[in-house]
Amino acid sequence: MDSFDNHKGIVTPLDRSNVDTDQIIPAEYLKRVERTGFGPFLFNDWRKLPNGKPDPDFVLNQSFYDIGTILVARRNFGSGSSREHAVWALMNHGFKAIVASSFAEIFHKNSFENGLVPVILPDEHISTILDRAAAQPGYQLFIDLNNCEVSDDHGLHVPFVLHQDPSTHDFRRNTLLNGLDSIGLTLQQETKIDAYEKNVRHD
Amino acid sequence: MAGKTMFNKIWDSHIVDDPEGEPTLLYVDLHLVHEVTSPQAFEGLRLANRKVRRPDLTIATVDHNVPTTDRDKPIDDPISKQQVDTLAENVEEFDITFYGVHSPEQGIVHVIGPQQGYTQPGKIIVCGDSHTATHGAFGAMAIPLGTSQVEHVLATQCLLQEKPKTMEIRINGELPNGVSAKDVILGIIGKIGVDGGTGYAIEYTGDVIKNLPMEGRMTICNMSIEAGARVGMVAPDETTFEWLKGRPQVPQGDDFEQITKEWALLASDSDAEYDKVVEIDATELEPYITWGTNPGQVLSVKDSIPDPESFDNAEEKESAERALEYMALEPETPLVEIEVDRVFIGSCTNSRITDLRDAAEIIKGYKVSPKVNAMVVPGSTLVKWQAEKEGLDQIFIDSGFEWREAGCSMCLGMNPDILEPHERCASTSNRNFEGRQGKDGRTHLVSPQMAAAAAIEGHFVDVRDWKLNN
Ligand code: SF4
Repeated sequence: MDSFDNHKGIVTPLDRSNVDTDQIIPAEYLKRVERTGFGPFLFNDWRKLPNGKPDPDFVLNQSFYDIGTILVARRNFGSGSSREHAVWALMNHGFKAIVASSFAEIFHKNSFENGLVPVILPDEHISTILDRAAAQPGYQLFIDLNNCEVSDDHGLHVPFVLHQDPSTHDFRRNTLLNGLDSIGLTLQQETKIDAYEKNVRHD
Repeated sequence: MAGKTMFNKIWDSHIVDDPEGEPTLLYVDLHLVHEVTSPQAFEGLRLANRKVRRPDLTIATVDHNVPTTDRDKPIDDPISKQQVDTLAENVEEFDITFYGVHSPEQGIVHVIGPQQGYTQPGKIIVCGDSHTATHGAFGAMAIPLGTSQVEHVLATQCLLQEKPKTMEIRINGELPNGVSAKDVILGIIGKIGVDGGTGYAIEYTGDVIKNLPMEGRMTICNMSIEAGARVGMVAPDETTFEWLKGRPQVPQGDDFEQITKEWALLASDSDAEYDKVVEIDATELEPYITWGTNPGQVLSVKDSIPDPESFDNAEEKESAERALEYMALEPETPLVEIEVDRVFIGSCTNSRITDLRDAAEIIKGYKVSPKVNAMVVPGSTLVKWQAEKEGLDQIFIDSGFEWREAGCSMCLGMNPDILEPHERCASTSNRNFEGRQGKDGRTHLVSPQMAAAAAIEGHFVDVRDWKLNN
């Protein structure tokens, strides 16, 4: 997993709530047995008109938004299926962070596991960012993960959280900053796992 | 000190490590694996030269991709076939119990876990699938995972987990006639919203839950994720024990008597406190139909399509406009006037024997409307056989339903069972997202009874007015 320190990037505005993982990557494209190669199918059905041609109104079909590295949407981003393919598709496409007012839980977990930074901001700031991005293609955000702050060149400068649970927020941030391998970490606790199996489960 | 919730009892008894400021490390008793979310996890193990820590606590099946007809032929789609074959190779390499496509125990992962008795009260059960909460109907804590976490559990048999808050949803009173378990959960989602349960583990309680058979409890827990909650559970009781008794993986004889005593202690203490309580009056519940493109866009069968202008919240208004455009529906249309092209009875929400009995009762003696293509996909091969023993298959076939082999089928359109663009479907599954059942397909979520009646009439009907023709 790559580590993420701070990142300045172009915003891709997706002004919708409840964006579900069936939209992010439709089931038809889940059949690969690798973690790569999902990028071309990101938002496949939203990208296309019924006649199969690209829908010029969809943000990812607009060259100045398609190159964005920060996707901004509204509440409950990533609802629905547990498919981690959604996170892979977003990252394969080039997104480094998703900014939303809330995340669905499984998607949220999957983001941490892969180093896709889930930035949670209050609705009002999401609206500001979406408006600015819509008005000026090429609009950029600066995400400072060390200090958990988002800013732009037009005076926005606000703190964000990565996790609603304040007790593990710092832990989650450090995982992203250091790109830690959670399996490796857990395996360091092997004696405790052995003890649980022996003393509690009596295996 | 207040008593403990069932959730907390199970949580506390599974803590392996609980360092300050970090997620808790919990021990997993059962890991269910299927072909779609596992290949990258096994590959990860291989690359890191790691083993499956407890193959004996891991079982696998194929469900999402498998065809529901002509099982004797190879799978047509080469990529589906690769995924199914990859799982078969992985279970061989890592020595995991596997119910393959020709095994009588094969079926949707959330149907076969309980059916074989792997699902038991008090266990922590995980699966790389969002509907894992189904198993919570037995008083288990069942948690859905993404693929990285699947790999984590394979390698360590443990899960890193932030502790959710607890929510009690108490459904008081008695269910009116024609209102099913599916309607209970659709009603709940309509009330609390598609993210109302985010951050919570839900426990369903109250008289309605106590009186439901296990299948109905599974239907309700199954769709917890559609309300945003990863965990949904019901306290184990005599109904649970009776259902589990004699199943292959459940202890037998005296051991069973002993274990049921332990299971009975899992129920939340009467003075346990939840972080949030939602009360629902069952007498106000009705048969529901989703009209939009998320499960929260749901109304009673008596209602009409809402006018987007009627929502005061700008976001909801916009989402209703988008949904109506996608669904090709006009405001003010009565839901019972909506015509359907397809009917799908199946999925891990409603493909168990009682669901098939309920649907068969409605259609017996009637013919499927000539405009409708209807099919039944049992949740497992054993459910299929049971239904055939009871003659339900004949009832379906005589009415004009297709009778298929077990699998996920048209719930998500990974196998050939999909909607054509713009086809409208009454479906007993759990998601009405855009394109869920096939690109540009239009899905309305309903109970098995409502789906069955819609197949006969060619449009939605209020199943409370249905005349049985037996
Ligand atoms: S039936 Fe549908 S929801 Fe259930 S496991 Fe299969 S694809 Fe998922």
